[in-house]
Amino acid sequence: MHLDHKSEIPIYLQIAREIEDAIFIGAFEEETQIPSTTEISMSLKINPATVLKGINLLVDEGIIYKKRGLGMFVCEGASTTIKEKRQKEFYQNYVKPLISEAKKLDLQLPEMMKLLERGFEE
Amino acid sequence: MNRIEVKNVNKSFQGNPVLKQINLTLEEGKIYGLLGRNGAGKSTLLNIINNRLFADSGEVRINGRNAVENDLAQGNLYFMTEGSTYPKDMTVKRVFRWTKEFYGGFDDAYAAYLGDLFQLNVKKKVGQLSTGYSSIFKIITALCVDVPYVFLDEPVLGLDANHRDMFYKILMESYLKKPRTIVISTHLIEEISGLLEHVIIIKDGSVIRDQSCEELTHSGFTVSGKSGEVDAFIQGKEVLGADVIGGLKTAYVLGQVDRPVGDLEVSPLDLQKLFIQLTASPGGIHYEN
Repeated sequence: MHLDHKSEIPIYLQIAREIEDAIFIGAFEEETQIPSTTEISMSLKINPATVLKGINLLVDEGIIYKKRGLGMFVCEGASTTIKEKRQKEFYQNYVKPLISEAKKLDLQLPEMMKLLERGFEE
Repeated sequence: MNRIEVKNVNKSFQGNPVLKQINLTLEEGKIYGLLGRNGAGKSTLLNIINNRLFADSGEVRINGRNAVENDLAQGNLYFMTEGSTYPKDMTVKRVFRWTKEFYGGFDDAYAAYLGDLFQLNVKKKVGQLSTGYSSIFKIITALCVDVPYVFLDEPVLGLDANHRDMFYKILMESYLKKPRTIVISTHLIEEISGLLEHVIIIKDGSVIRDQSCEELTHSGFTVSGKSGEVDAFIQGKEVLGADVIGGLKTAYVLGQVDRPVGDLEVSPLDLQKLFIQLTASPGGIHYEN
């Protein structure tokens, strides 16, 4: 896991996102346990209250759940949940900055379409 | 009532006020950052809480008890000072032993583990330790003492990058093992910011910020771009400072981004940047060309 302390994204959101990524690429499989708050807090040198805030966010979103006395586990279908969530956020997170840069460079829609096609083909 | 309360504390040295009406509360189980520039009054405040100096007025209460000359209250506190207060010819091992005698609780096993980790020779005399190892020895003592309040004044003094990294890790490890109040005074803000839950900033003897680290780091932003556009954007906002290079300007602003930024670039004001802007001397530095 890697955090960017200079990023405008708050640390607890970055932690949530890193855990999501790990689930998404299959490093944390569904119905298996994820590292504890303690482990994450120690290895990233982040206050446990901050780590917990990130973890609770994923609990609220139905991506991980708590097994009493055992720890946090990945929900069944978590990958799909994450995928759907990220599809919804795709416009805001990727399309908007892309268009903003394109406008600075005077790239018009047809040229952008061509570039997108090229991207998909490669 | 498990907390430390500092109420209306004032302190002057030879007529110069060093602390002015300090009021703050240190709650149980939180990691605090006590930040301030050189001479801001951090060490004086820590010394007063820890009964090494007396306030001119006001009081400090530890779990409800008066802190002055009170063993029952002071027994809850451990204070790692910037300088060394141990006899120079005492070995590290003996300091560990005496700390146990004095405080009634010391985690010998953890001290041995940390000593190995940092390769600290516990048979050495305190006076023979280098600046870095003196810090390491004091850190280990502070983390192994069984008290609910630990004060670390400049704990990473003289530590190299590896040892500092190790320190932040073991600080977290020891806190997770045994949650307690840890107050850290340091100038290396960037390195420590992730560890802090709450931040207190002192400037010229007064508390200017006392809030959660997260709130604080979201209390401002930087905006940069063409000078004219930046100036228009920051009109009417509380501007802490600005850097100008040619026709480009970066302004440090308090508050939230509340209008469209257009071509301007907005980024967060991290703890260190915010601290520098909040505690800068008036005028700042000007480069002449």
